[in-house]
Amino acid sequence: MFIINCPFCGEREQSEFKAGGEAHIERPKQPTELSDDEWAEYLFMRKNIKGIQFERWNHIHGCRKWFNMVRDTSNDEIKAIYKMGEKPPVK
Amino acid sequence: MSKNLRVKTSKFIDETYRVSFKFNGSKYFGYKGDTLASALLANDIHLVGRSFKYHRPRGIMTSGSEEPNAIVQLHNNSERTEPNVRATEVEIYEGLEASSQNCWPSVNFDIGGINNLLSPLLPAGFYYKTFMWPASFWEKYEYFIRKSAGLGKSPTKADPDIYEHEYIHCDVLIVGAGISGIMAAKTAAKNGLKTLLVDEKPNLGGSTVYQNSEHFKINNQNSGSWLEKEINEIKKIDNLDIRIRTSVAAFHGYNFLLARENLTDHLPIEQRKNKTRQKLLKIRAKKVITATGSLERPLIFDNNDRPGILLSSAIKRYADLFGVACGEKNIFLTNNDSAYETAISLIQKGIKVEAIVDNREEIESKLLYEIEKNNVKVYKGFTIVNTNGYKKINKVSLMKLSKDGQKVIGSKIDLSCDCLGVSGGWTPAVHLFTQSGGKLKFREEDQVFIPNKYSSEQISIGACNGDLTLEDIIENTPKYLKEFLNIKKTDYDNVEVFSDENKSKRNIWLLPSDKILGKTKSFVDYQNDATAKDIKLALREGFRSIEHVKRYTTTGMGTDQGKLGNMHALGIISETAGTKMGEHGTTTFRPPYTPLTFGTIVGRNVGEYFDIFRKTPMHEWHLKNKAEFENVGQWKRAWYYPKNNENMFEAVQRESKAARESVGILDASTLGKIDIQGTDASEFLNRVYTNAWSKLAVGKCRYGLMLNEDGMVYDDGVTTRLGENHYIMTTTTGGAANVLGKLEDYLQTEWPELDVYLTSVTDHFATISVCGPNSKKIISNVIPDLDLSDENFPHMSFKNTKIGKINCRVMRISFTGEHSYEINIQANYANSVWEKCMEVGKDFNITPYGTETMHLLRAEKGFIIVGQDTDATMTPIDLQMDWIVSKKKYDFIGKRSLYRSDTIKDDRKQLVGLLTDNPNEILEEGAQIVADVNKSPIEMLGHVTSSYYSPNLKKSIALGVVRGGKNMIGKKLIIPMENKTINVTVTDSVFLDKENKRLNA
Amino acid sequence: MKNRYSIFSLIKNAFSYHENWEKAWKDPTPKKEYDAVIVGGGGHGLATAYYLAKKHNMKNIAVVEKGWIGGGNTGRNTTIIRSNYLWDASAGLYNHALKIWEGLSQELNYNVMFSQRGVMNLAHNLQDVRDLKRRTHANRLNGIDAEYLNTEEVKKFCPIINTSPDIRYPVLGGTLQRRAGTARHDAVAWGYARGADEMGVDIIQNCEVKAIKRNGDSVEGLETTKGFIKTNKIGVVAAGHSSVIANMAGLKLPLESKPLQALVSEPVKPIIDTVVMSNAVHAYVSQSDKGELVIGAGTDDYISYSQKGSHDIVEGTLNAILELYPIFSRMRMLRQWGGIVDICPDASPIISKTSIKGLYFNCGWGTGGFKATPGSGDLFAHTIANDEPHELNAAFNINRFVSGDLVDEHGAAAVAH
Repeated sequence: MFIINCPFCGEREQSEFKAGGEAHIERPKQPTELSDDEWAEYLFMRKNIKGIQFERWNHIHGCRKWFNMVRDTSNDEIKAIYKMGEKPPVK
Repeated sequence: MSKNLRVKTSKFIDETYRVSFKFNGSKYFGYKGDTLASALLANDIHLVGRSFKYHRPRGIMTSGSEEPNAIVQLHNNSERTEPNVRATEVEIYEGLEASSQNCWPSVNFDIGGINNLLSPLLPAGFYYKTFMWPASFWEKYEYFIRKSAGLGKSPTKADPDIYEHEYIHCDVLIVGAGISGIMAAKTAAKNGLKTLLVDEKPNLGGSTVYQNSEHFKINNQNSGSWLEKEINEIKKIDNLDIRIRTSVAAFHGYNFLLARENLTDHLPIEQRKNKTRQKLLKIRAKKVITATGSLERPLIFDNNDRPGILLSSAIKRYADLFGVACGEKNIFLTNNDSAYETAISLIQKGIKVEAIVDNREEIESKLLYEIEKNNVKVYKGFTIVNTNGYKKINKVSLMKLSKDGQKVIGSKIDLSCDCLGVSGGWTPAVHLFTQSGGKLKFREEDQVFIPNKYSSEQISIGACNGDLTLEDIIENTPKYLKEFLNIKKTDYDNVEVFSDENKSKRNIWLLPSDKILGKTKSFVDYQNDATAKDIKLALREGFRSIEHVKRYTTTGMGTDQGKLGNMHALGIISETAGTKMGEHGTTTFRPPYTPLTFGTIVGRNVGEYFDIFRKTPMHEWHLKNKAEFENVGQWKRAWYYPKNNENMFEAVQRESKAARESVGILDASTLGKIDIQGTDASEFLNRVYTNAWSKLAVGKCRYGLMLNEDGMVYDDGVTTRLGENHYIMTTTTGGAANVLGKLEDYLQTEWPELDVYLTSVTDHFATISVCGPNSKKIISNVIPDLDLSDENFPHMSFKNTKIGKINCRVMRISFTGEHSYEINIQANYANSVWEKCMEVGKDFNITPYGTETMHLLRAEKGFIIVGQDTDATMTPIDLQMDWIVSKKKYDFIGKRSLYRSDTIKDDRKQLVGLLTDNPNEILEEGAQIVADVNKSPIEMLGHVTSSYYSPNLKKSIALGVVRGGKNMIGKKLIIPMENKTINVTVTDSVFLDKENKRLNA
Repeated sequence: MKNRYSIFSLIKNAFSYHENWEKAWKDPTPKKEYDAVIVGGGGHGLATAYYLAKKHNMKNIAVVEKGWIGGGNTGRNTTIIRSNYLWDASAGLYNHALKIWEGLSQELNYNVMFSQRGVMNLAHNLQDVRDLKRRTHANRLNGIDAEYLNTEEVKKFCPIINTSPDIRYPVLGGTLQRRAGTARHDAVAWGYARGADEMGVDIIQNCEVKAIKRNGDSVEGLETTKGFIKTNKIGVVAAGHSSVIANMAGLKLPLESKPLQALVSEPVKPIIDTVVMSNAVHAYVSQSDKGELVIGAGTDDYISYSQKGSHDIVEGTLNAILELYPIFSRMRMLRQWGGIVDICPDASPIISKTSIKGLYFNCGWGTGGFKATPGSGDLFAHTIANDEPHELNAAFNINRFVSGDLVDEHGAAAVAH
């Protein structure tokens, strides 16, 4: 189980957190303008990357804040953590 | 009868403390400090169990957790009995009872032994090739296969013992308290690090602590004595926590380790009362030092499994530590110096060593000279080709090895013996290292896998790192420790070490025989009866990877997880396939290292602690008033309140009538409550609910429906505008946490520009719902200052008020269609208000009702319950709630999904009412709805979601979803039950008071 | 013709000390070109190849497998087979598979040990009861054997379950499908491999796909660690790695790959003679022929390809096991492991053509793909051979995520109140 360095609370056990899937998928500003295909792309289609993934986590049993994480999904190594709205610190 | 083979007083055994125990019904004695295995050996008992497949007699093979054969059933009673316990690990206690497993009628005479005769028909994977005829018979074959499989027996009663979890955070964890672990512990702790040292054995010091030989010296003392002083020193260090009888089971990522600490299994039964049996240690270590030592390898030759054949190191341990001789005429088969150490130790104690059979042709070792000095015959360049003795070894046959080690030559020499020690060299115990994600490399010289790349802050030291001799350990360990712990010096930098051991070894994975392989039984996995020829058969049949071979032959899949034989399996595969060792990798070492009781893993999370339960402030009142409860999520909700032996139906009918005719009272405290504040609160609600919120006046309430982004109904509830920028939202009981999570998600990640703050206040406020034509009378009595006139306090509005000095919020909202009020009050005052309501309601027959009546009352009104009438495939349009979906709003969660090609279809399943032709017939919730029972395949149009007998309408009513249902009003449909069909008519979903007159009654 | 397997062939071979058994499958080097290539040598992929050869006469085909056949989820699952699914489309799919299971050992001449010892699903709250009754009614009308059991009947069918009303989440009832059961997972992969190999299918192990070569909107071949393989039909059955292959072709799938864990106890004599599943207190248990309790745990919520999950999941599962079976407290966990499961938003699979001609996907089986193996292979083979789905897998197309016509199997067990 991971140790996750919550940007607001510091290092905590993974059991305090909830994963929220791929990050940087912005909700379309004008959904009604989208075709069914484009809406499905937002709603369901995922990169589901093996390797370096940008993803969302929530400190659900702590400060309840959402933040972003860069993690290698092939070995679960956490590379970086950054707040919502910030640019990823690694490529 | 049995002999006494206790030959020597050992300082590790308390011979003043005699312990009696039973094995297979007979009484024996041992001493405190004995394991079951050492005590049995002292009583000259080798035959302990029968093997899995061939039911061959098996004895004690090792002295530790790697034991494949000597596994027994412990205890006889049905609650504490324990299967598959390794006799080599059990410390004996007064009253211990153990018996052999997997044999019938007894271990001495086992009918299953017939399998040994049938073994030519039972090669690896035979069951894949047969039992296929006749086709329907597999389960009949299987019945017998299952009966004969399975080793020991499960308990049949609940476990009376207590288990616990302990969380440990430390700077350094050291796994294994052998010589290198002791050195590491002292070094880490003396440098001020918070250190934890664990070892699976009851005593510290590994195999060095009983090393009492002139051939191994540290600082000019026998290595055992030197280590004992070190152990005594570390016991005094404050910041060093030492846990014995503690086995690390799993080494997970981020230096998270699980260990099991055994606390009572070694105590006499009467001393165990109210004590924790086992603890699961959940360890987070900044640094981990693995010092798990090494396991001696057996050798693979024909009939290498008989009782009386032990690892050479085990014989030494039994002699040195327990003072027990495993035999009176000992022979050793070895390919390295280790067996000589054992032989010397036996000779010192006066135990007879007949011969040493050494695979090596040329041996340069001082240990050899000492052996020969003692007139023990050493057969150099020989191997054993067969053994005899059904229940105990009595003879071995030797032959000379050819130069290349591939054949045996010359004539056979038979030697009689009663014990054979084997040593195939050593395998570093890298299990934990690989579990942690570490990568191994193969060392050609002595054919071992050793750690190569670490995946976290950890090192392996000592034998598990490939330092297999005392010299290497003493020389290398301080170096590793200094680098890893980032320190300048250790106490061991100038230690002098002296060892007579020679590293030479002649590694032959499968020893040659004079017979063809097909006629031999050379066991690689003892417990599962997998032999060398099985491995070769698997390869012949095209199974090439170690994982395939392992699964096809079951090698390494016993309760010992192949600790002894896995390396040989790999070796035989690579020799046969002509590939290099190391190319195949190893099989995955899966946790746990040694099997872990479920009880330990679960700890205290059993019984009432399985899951927390949430109760409302009125819970005690409900209990006192005999409520039956329903689990809703983690909540206990009052379900109904039976009176005078009423059944549920009768109670619900009574409660429902009372609520409509006079007044009912419901504990609605479990509904989720989210306090929403901020200047953008209205805009936020606009985005999360399907309907519009901007124009809701302060003091008003509104029902809202929330969708998932896929357009399906997610949750619902009434939200009240408490102030300009302040709302309180209610959610369903089960959905509360998820709704809050979802709202926070949108707020923080999609709409951070909104000035909105969310707080869960579910537990802070209790909710008392009073409904029915007389509800006003109750409220006016409980809150006399509140003006309850329809003008001042109309339906769907709220008032801030006080009950006495206590602030409370009263909403005039209704889930039953009756005139009703919900009092929201700080939780700790709620019960007194509830009781007050009951008190003043006496004259009106105020009737507490539970969730079942609530469901019935709302169904009469056609109100949905999310999760019961919806199932995550229903849109608001499907629910015929088009009115709640704002056409004007540009966007809200899920809106776009409502316009997809499937969601706009007209013939989706839609919510309707259903009336049975027979008004007394109550439909079963979940029953399917069809139009034509004769059609094949039958077409299901939908199902019944809610169904009740309405005492107020005096007929059965139901809600259901039906394909194209909104255009079917008046149509007859059929509910096909198992033994009958029920005719129904589709109706509007509102059965009672369509005009909503009762709201203001 | 290969050696037929039977008791007689075992006896015959015993005389030659089993030295003369043939290879169950060959170990060919890839040809330059195939009529179709299946990516993924698990049960589903091997079954696909088997049925392509057997029913569609496509014999110049290959299965390429990154590691060893059957080494992924086929060899890691808890082997539960049932067909009591709610929706018509799922019922059709899984029951098709169940019917094949019933004759599979004979069909393959390989004992897959399909054991119809029944599968029971337990209800622990009132909504569970409604949902299970709904499913039972739907199953019955779909011709799938299903019975609803009350608490006493649950106890009678599996006496070791703690059905006391005083436990935290008492058993309120359950469903039973008697035709359901378990099978030997490895044997399924090996049996299909042997059968496919016999018909000329090349099974190529240790062959990892590195790229998918396209010519406009059609596929042209595969770049692999064993060289380029030309083909204009590629069927991908890569389970947890489906998205990895899809990304090579420039496609995105509605999948997330998550760790799923399972564990076995040490073997004991028969103690539980059926399969019991409980969703509400997450615990699945059965007993293998060897005697091990086989226990399925849940998935973690994060994406991972590491084949490792968190301990909390295992602990939670065993909590539930002891809640329902307090007699197992002294049983010991022998092995635990993880697999990577590819999960669709509606918890139903995809067996579908794609927007790229000649590229087909069979994925999204989530936590329950093993039971579908024969049916999945059969229908995927049909889809590849005809470039059209069979009516039984038509609903499992990728386009459903655009239209919204999902087959929502976990939505059907929505929780709220």
